[in-house]
Amino acid sequence: MAVNPDNYGLRLFVRYLVLCLIALIFIFPLVFMINSSFKPDSQLLADTSSLRAFLPVGDISLNNYFGAFRRAPVGLFVLNSVLVTGATVLLSLLICSLAAFSFAFLRWKGRDVLLSVVIATLIIPFETIAIPLLLLVSKLPWIGLDGLHWGWLNSYRVQIIPWIADGLTIFLFVQYFKALPGELIEASRVEGASWWQVYYRVVMPLSGPVLATAAILKFLIMYNQYLWPLIVVQQESYRPVMVGLGYFFQLNVAWGEVMAYLTLITVPVLTFYLLLQRAFIASIASTGVKG
Amino acid sequence: MKLTKHLAGVVIASTCLCAPALAQTKLTMWYHGAGNEVESRILNQIISDFNTSQSDWTVTIESFPEKSYNDSVAAAALAGNLPDILDVDGPVMPNWAWAGYLQPLPIDESEFADFLPGAKGVWDGKLYSVGLWEAAVALFARQSTLDELGLRTPTLDKPWSREEFMAALDAAKASGKYEFALDLGMNDQAEWYSYAFSPFLQSFGGDIVDRSTYKTAEGALNGEAAQAFGKWWQSLFTGGYAPGTSEDPADQQTGFIGGKFAFQWNGNWRAVATMEAVDDVVFLPAPDFGAGNKIGAGSWQFGVSAKSKHPEGAAEFIKFAAQDKYLAAFSDGIGLIPPTPSAAQMTKNYKEGGPLAVFFDLSKAQALVRPVTPGYVVQAKVFTKALADIANGADVADTLDAAVDEIDADIESNGGYGHR
Amino acid sequence: MASKLTRSNRAGWTFALPGFALIFAFIVLPFFFAIGLSLTNQRLLSPNPTQFVGLENYRQLLGLAVVTLEPERNDAGEIIRNEAGEIQYPRLRAITRSDDYPQYRGMREWFRWQSGEKIMTVIASDVVFMKALVNTFLFVLVVAPVQGSLALMLALLINHKVRGINLFRTIYFMPVVVSIVVVSLLWRFIYDGQNGLLNSILQALTFGLFQPVDWLGNPSTALPAVMAMSVWQAVGFHMVIWLAGLQTISPTLYEAAAIEGASRWQTFRYVTWPGLRNTAVLVLVVITMQGFALFAQIDVMTNGGPLDSTQTLVFQAVERGYGKQDISGGSTISVILFAIVLAISLIQRWLTRER
Repeated sequence: MAVNPDNYGLRLFVRYLVLCLIALIFIFPLVFMINSSFKPDSQLLADTSSLRAFLPVGDISLNNYFGAFRRAPVGLFVLNSVLVTGATVLLSLLICSLAAFSFAFLRWKGRDVLLSVVIATLIIPFETIAIPLLLLVSKLPWIGLDGLHWGWLNSYRVQIIPWIADGLTIFLFVQYFKALPGELIEASRVEGASWWQVYYRVVMPLSGPVLATAAILKFLIMYNQYLWPLIVVQQESYRPVMVGLGYFFQLNVAWGEVMAYLTLITVPVLTFYLLLQRAFIASIASTGVKG
Repeated sequence: MKLTKHLAGVVIASTCLCAPALAQTKLTMWYHGAGNEVESRILNQIISDFNTSQSDWTVTIESFPEKSYNDSVAAAALAGNLPDILDVDGPVMPNWAWAGYLQPLPIDESEFADFLPGAKGVWDGKLYSVGLWEAAVALFARQSTLDELGLRTPTLDKPWSREEFMAALDAAKASGKYEFALDLGMNDQAEWYSYAFSPFLQSFGGDIVDRSTYKTAEGALNGEAAQAFGKWWQSLFTGGYAPGTSEDPADQQTGFIGGKFAFQWNGNWRAVATMEAVDDVVFLPAPDFGAGNKIGAGSWQFGVSAKSKHPEGAAEFIKFAAQDKYLAAFSDGIGLIPPTPSAAQMTKNYKEGGPLAVFFDLSKAQALVRPVTPGYVVQAKVFTKALADIANGADVADTLDAAVDEIDADIESNGGYGHR
Repeated sequence: MASKLTRSNRAGWTFALPGFALIFAFIVLPFFFAIGLSLTNQRLLSPNPTQFVGLENYRQLLGLAVVTLEPERNDAGEIIRNEAGEIQYPRLRAITRSDDYPQYRGMREWFRWQSGEKIMTVIASDVVFMKALVNTFLFVLVVAPVQGSLALMLALLINHKVRGINLFRTIYFMPVVVSIVVVSLLWRFIYDGQNGLLNSILQALTFGLFQPVDWLGNPSTALPAVMAMSVWQAVGFHMVIWLAGLQTISPTLYEAAAIEGASRWQTFRYVTWPGLRNTAVLVLVVITMQGFALFAQIDVMTNGGPLDSTQTLVFQAVERGYGKQDISGGSTISVILFAIVLAISLIQRWLTRER
């Protein structure tokens, strides 16, 4: 059947209609959150029963944002989270890709056993090991500018170092590396490149997509940390955003301020996501190919 | 140039660090009120007053979100990282004392002779903690509602009986003016259930655990009185008097004010805001279900951590903070009950004839502390789940029996929690 | 030749060591510690000494038995009936608490069925754990196929080069980047039984015919409500994985199918689907792992209720280990969960192995 223009136009219209309806389903809680952050509590709660919940109508102001900043050091929390998240993501990309490089390309005694162990750790829920891990890090030594001392509590490192390496990230890299053409590696070795040079000059430049995937996955995990910082950080100066959410749940919950805080802490994630969007969607995609 | 900078740095550093440090020993304190501006302001005032009032100690404070405060402390205790002064929720205190987090206050109890009993934390015959305020729960209502429905205003001496209370709920329901007759705050399944609802059970003649031995819940939580309580509790929900466990998280704040409920079972921390919005609000005492009218006692209190190297300094601070003027300041700031009569007279709400003075009397006349046992932490969880299940339609007898079994098993596996 | 070029014990260990050492120190070691804890009576806080209890914690969680309730009979041996003619049975607690049956002590009824005049009752040492186990499996069994196939449908819908498609992709992906805690909080307002958004919308769409449902307050709708929200939150992530798979399928295959005159369904069945096999495995594995770890939604939205209809294994592990200070019991649940997921992933691997 030949495609006539009217029919084509109609089909396009239907397609967009469907796309838009689905988009509504995905976006409405976020619209609700952002709109609510501008409303006083009484109106916010009254509006939840009608479509007004999605509209910036009524008594609109930035008061909730001022309130949120008065109630908690929002900037500090966001800064802490971004710092911890950023450092972990960078270190994780380096260390996990190095390990994966070794697992994927090199042959050495014990490789298969170690790789099985790494993959088995994928299925250990963190809640399981939180307490043993707490006991461990509270006794670890650290050499700082002020000399040697014991215990990692109340620091950035305690929020970063245990999270650098994980099974999923290594597994992602291994699966990706295995699909790279092996001849490239061999060719560079024949030319006399060291393993480090092969990793750095040959493999890494080809790994953009998997790096982006691993980065965003780690970013999401780290930025949303709650239980771990809760038990290892007692000083406000190291607290991250999700623990900070607790500041808003007093006996009297200030819902408008909660929404304002949620909106504020979502901004860095959305920004990071939008920046990486192109690379990101392409890259999550590429891991699917290898799965 | 470089050298001068360096030298200047050293000089500044030494003056900053050493001058006060020579004389004063640092004490650390943890507090549950992170995010609460008013509390923080008053507490910081007390601390700075204390630090300037004497030259032996300087107190520094670290605040935590209340929701996760107990978890933070437990984790820190495991890691051996507790401060000198600990803020502790009254009913949790025996648990921490038993576990070895707290040491008895090195202060004579007579110092706090005129404190409300609920503001003093006593475990194993020793005073462990003292509260700068006390909380109380009351039945919030509008005078106009009482008048319209033709209800007698209950008093402490003559509270509503169970029949009167249910008649009031029926009248409110029949009026058709309210979404629900009563709001209980069912959405908050943290400490609220055992704090706010176990007094109903006690008023029926039951309890969470047998307080004569603290070795079993048998008979207390599943005896005849408890069964009667359970059936009544369930009827509140099957009868459509009160919203259930899925209640809107905001109802405790806005529901009564907005006129959704005729009555609300709520704490006095909501009293000030409610008075501002509702002109004719009245705070009624708990109904008497047969064994007297009861409300829960015991709020946040200060204690000294077992690991503190300077308990005398910590005690010094707690004594300092327990002055009437600070008790009054807290009360004026957050609306809670000042724990001494003399402080009450200094407050705007609790002085004689003050709008909330009734709460002081409510607390004095009806308050009963939650079970004083290290097992309370677990028992409160079990009780909360049992009440939620019954509200959702579970069989009353089976649920209470199961709760008893769980509590008894827990007591047994903890070697009786140190009760002799 | 190749093996010589790639064999290197020294380089191999050097490259893998930092990552492996970190995993060993911060995941494997603590996990062995947790297994150790599950064999003791360790409490989170207690002055009592820790004792080795062997498999007692596992018995406490997994203990099951069937008890037959005989009808109550009078002295003449006749079955006692009440006014309504219903057969009267003894209370189960009379058995579980009786000294005649020490093996049933502390056990509770999980479910029962009628068998002639008798009632068969399955009792469990920990009924809540059993319910959590069933709910967790239910969650995975429903969410894995639903989320996987919805994601595939979205991917098929969006796998067209039309203007603005990137915008839609971004929007569909948005719930993924927002914290699950935040999302759960928002959905509590949406699911509210009295004036929630969902009820309002459904009522508006049906011109008031729809009766409001207390989504999270009703034992029969609470778990489905949590499932729906979870699918909504994560479907965008899997959509993107499917999308990638779709883009690897060679266009020439589609052209060939078009020339053969294949219908849309045939094209999907014989061209698209076979090309997605690897992707399907990945999607399935990730959803299964996420499903078994279900916690935040429950913690924020339902607390395991109503009537245990939304209890899950990880929620129980946390509730026990931290809430009830029974860290050995919590660890035991985690070890059981680990064993279950390990077994399932071995089965999955075996089923999807290269033949």
